[in-house]
Amino acid sequence: MPCLLTKCKILYQIPFLFALLLTACDLSQLNNPYPKEQKGQAILYQSFDERPKHLDPAVAYSENEYAFIAQIYEPPFQYHYLKRPYQLVPLTASKMPDIQFLNKAGEKLAPNAPIEDIAFTDYLIDIQPSIRYQPHPALALTANGDYAFHRLSVDQVANFNTLADFNATGSREVVAEDYVYQIKRLAHPKTQSPIAEMMKNYIVGFGEFSEKVKQLPKTAIKDVPMTGVTSISRYTYRIRIAGKYPQFMYWLAMLFFAPMPWEADAFYGQPGLSDKNITLDWYPIGTGAYLLAENNPNRRMILEKNPNFHLETYPTEGEPDDQSKGLLNDAGKRLPFIDKVVFTLEKETIPRWTKFLQGYFDASGIASDSFDQAVQFTGGSAELTPSMLEKKIALQTSVETSTFYMGFNMLDATVGGYSEQARKLRQAISIAIDYEELISIFRNGRAIAGQGVLPPSIYGYEEGKAGVNPYVYDWLADKPQRKDIGVARQLMTEAGYPNGIDPKTHEALILYFDTTSSSIDDRPMFNWYRKQLEKLGIKLVIRATDYNRFQDKMRKGNAQLFVWGWNADYPDPENFFFLLYGGNAKVKFGGENASNYQNPEFDRLFEQMRNMDNSPQRFQLIQQMQEIVRHDAPWIFGLHPKQFTLLHSWFLNRKPHVIANNTLKYQRLDTVARTQLQQEWNRPIFWPLLLFFAFSVILFALAVYAVRSRTRKTLQ
Amino acid sequence: MISYIIRRFLYAIPILIGVNILTFVLFFIVNSPDDMARMQLGQKHVTQQAINNWKQLHGYDVPLLWNAKAQGEEKLTKTIFYQKSVGLFMFRFGTSDSGRNIGADIKERAWPSLTIALPTLVIGLITDICVALMVVLFRSSKLELGGMVLCVILMSISSLFYIIGGQFVIAKILRWMPISGYDDGFSAIKFVVLPVLIGVFSGLGSGVRWYRTLFLEEVEKDYVRTARAKGLTETQTLFRHVLPNAMIPILTGVVVLLPMLFMGSLIMESFFSIPGLGSYTIDAINMQDFAIVRAMVFLGSVLYVFGLLLTDISYTLVDPRVRLS
Repeated sequence: MPCLLTKCKILYQIPFLFALLLTACDLSQLNNPYPKEQKGQAILYQSFDERPKHLDPAVAYSENEYAFIAQIYEPPFQYHYLKRPYQLVPLTASKMPDIQFLNKAGEKLAPNAPIEDIAFTDYLIDIQPSIRYQPHPALALTANGDYAFHRLSVDQVANFNTLADFNATGSREVVAEDYVYQIKRLAHPKTQSPIAEMMKNYIVGFGEFSEKVKQLPKTAIKDVPMTGVTSISRYTYRIRIAGKYPQFMYWLAMLFFAPMPWEADAFYGQPGLSDKNITLDWYPIGTGAYLLAENNPNRRMILEKNPNFHLETYPTEGEPDDQSKGLLNDAGKRLPFIDKVVFTLEKETIPRWTKFLQGYFDASGIASDSFDQAVQFTGGSAELTPSMLEKKIALQTSVETSTFYMGFNMLDATVGGYSEQARKLRQAISIAIDYEELISIFRNGRAIAGQGVLPPSIYGYEEGKAGVNPYVYDWLADKPQRKDIGVARQLMTEAGYPNGIDPKTHEALILYFDTTSSSIDDRPMFNWYRKQLEKLGIKLVIRATDYNRFQDKMRKGNAQLFVWGWNADYPDPENFFFLLYGGNAKVKFGGENASNYQNPEFDRLFEQMRNMDNSPQRFQLIQQMQEIVRHDAPWIFGLHPKQFTLLHSWFLNRKPHVIANNTLKYQRLDTVARTQLQQEWNRPIFWPLLLFFAFSVILFALAVYAVRSRTRKTLQ
Repeated sequence: MISYIIRRFLYAIPILIGVNILTFVLFFIVNSPDDMARMQLGQKHVTQQAINNWKQLHGYDVPLLWNAKAQGEEKLTKTIFYQKSVGLFMFRFGTSDSGRNIGADIKERAWPSLTIALPTLVIGLITDICVALMVVLFRSSKLELGGMVLCVILMSISSLFYIIGGQFVIAKILRWMPISGYDDGFSAIKFVVLPVLIGVFSGLGSGVRWYRTLFLEEVEKDYVRTARAKGLTETQTLFRHVLPNAMIPILTGVVVLLPMLFMGSLIMESFFSIPGLGSYTIDAINMQDFAIVRAMVFLGSVLYVFGLLLTDISYTLVDPRVRLS
């Protein structure tokens, strides 16, 4: 009996102990995944779902990598944050470059010189003085002025596990030579830069330099000259490119051309550091608004304000309605506004979405399984649901500068070729595959159907009736209307396939759709494609293969129909039309023209258009090219995805920008509102815990009683 | 015993070589070095020259298994197989095809995996055994029948359901703990509780049924009857006599798992954002990163062999009749 009493006392004490424990915690937010001391700080919380592979600006080329390093590295130019259409402005450069055209003899030409006379173009770039690198051990100096960590012994290296283990950091001013050095890094075969092969065609001396240094270590390139890239003074450098290539300006706004101190390679190249993953590919050294304070791509990446960040202010001009949207409230103020950015790896959509709703992520995309919870369509436009509005969440949408198309292999005997019959077959299929329906069913309306090669916001894209593909759509009631399926059937008859019957076999025409998707989730989409072609009597066979086999088929020209996509490198029509340029055909030249489309007239116009500056004449050429491609139909112009982003009310100054990635520096947080709302939304509910505890006590008592009675029974 | 252990280690060598060859052959049947290069270089502007550069830089520009052009022993040593495999046997995993040191990555990711897996195993084991003994205590009663039906129901539900359901109820509705995340040191506790609870609960049905079977086999034996005849209560009999005698099959199942705990759980880690090793191999297969695949398969084989050896040794600890020779 006394024993039972003691047990009861303990049982009574458990809830009190539990209550004590809870009071020791912050009861208002038990589910807060962040440390208590971060409360109220200007820290932006974001998520990422795919770990970056490279953080070296000479190698990184993916969106998920740019999300981090675009805040760290700074090329000479950037896109204006608020103005549209997208416009380049100086970043670390003091002004826009002086562009000089030269003839073969190296003599200067007039700015309006004919293209055929231009043998070279010089870009003279002046950079701002007093820009400094972030504090970094590679730049740390000893009292004697030597580099502190450039001659590490094996024992010293053994003591370092991360960059934070180095007890000193240093910095220095950025000079023109650092930009030159970075271009040399792009050319070094050991860097494996994805643009190296392409730049060989443009930058003078790039290929020769690459050949010259291929046997040298990365650290030995500093003093090897590259003929086309030279530092003229401490703050000026020149890049000479072959011919005229106006799009080169856009490349200069990409991170490939950000400055890199030679000390970085000297430091990271020391033996033993790469065994600890201490490499330039993982620990950047930049001049941007932020520096990478923690690098654990499997868990979280933390950016902190760069104490050496140069003076940059929030733009004072924008689009007409930016003022009313509050996007100019911080005009002229020094950047950045946010002290720290915490990116947490969240692979699954459910926890990611829940954390956003709890206020623990400041912004979120919308996964398809939570789309209905967030967005509803009224009268064709996307609006937030009442539950989102109640939380004062805002929705931002923007059409991406990407295109997803269904391509016909123009080398294929059935769907390819340039005969009138083949063209009509492709046009018929273009009408039959109802992309509006696909967007509605499979993408929750998050895309617009393509009318041509160019997505909106790219120069040459035309709105309204003039921009409609007349071979697939009619312009009715002020909007494009897909042509009736009867028109497609008529085209099939004219193509020699009445009711979809192949005259050779006297059976339904069989077409093959090659894809890498083979999961069960993709089946509805494949069935949908089959049904679209069934409208024409065509039997579609899905050939799902793994990625390698698919790529192999594409390289050899063995595919018939396929889906492909392209995300713009820069906002210029050349970056889309080159996907159909004959000189880029995949089978012949291993280029990006996956359809192997080759039309001499199109190629001629492309060659003329690509080197032109934007002008009415260029616009006309673009429309001619659109017309040729629409008529030939090597692609079914599928869709341009629409980005949907949800923002909490405390997340300010965010304007969608589908080209620039360095936008975090402009954004601001109302931390007071965030703290208040987070507390309001996350008060824990305790009564079920008490209920559970009571239930457990009863169950335990019953079990004890049952055991005792059974033991007694056994003994009897 | 020492000679037995040495012998087992020597047996492991041909097994590991065999596993390595098998992994190599299976991987390169599906992927070629060119495919790997394309995957690593991305999808834009990839030229044959860039592919050749990548292969040369990563050591994939030599033949796979036999270098006919080389002389003497280099016919064997100047091959991808030899150059990529020898270091493994000295636990030098090298660098992944994307440039990270694999050994450092494994070291960093194994601990979070263990933080989840070890408490789940220990608490799960204790819970399963206690509940199984309770069920055995009420054998041949309606309580046992009810318990077994409940176990079958628990077993029939996918572990994904427990994860999503647990996150929904505990983290979203009741807001008792974070839905996902991880931290270092003691701060990790608040992130670990939910996955451990879910891990224990999701394994309860099968665990209880398995241990119940083991205990039922023991409970009818003569020594148990003798214990009862001595006047021990049923609970005393079960915990003091039945449990120790059922340890051999329990250990067989548990000890072999211990080294594998480092390898992590794919789904659990993915849903709870635990930075463990769970997805390391799968991600590597998807990325065609042979260096990681090879290292992880090798490590898995070593740990498995080691686990089996531990199991054998543990038999001698729980059953004095067992001698390793």
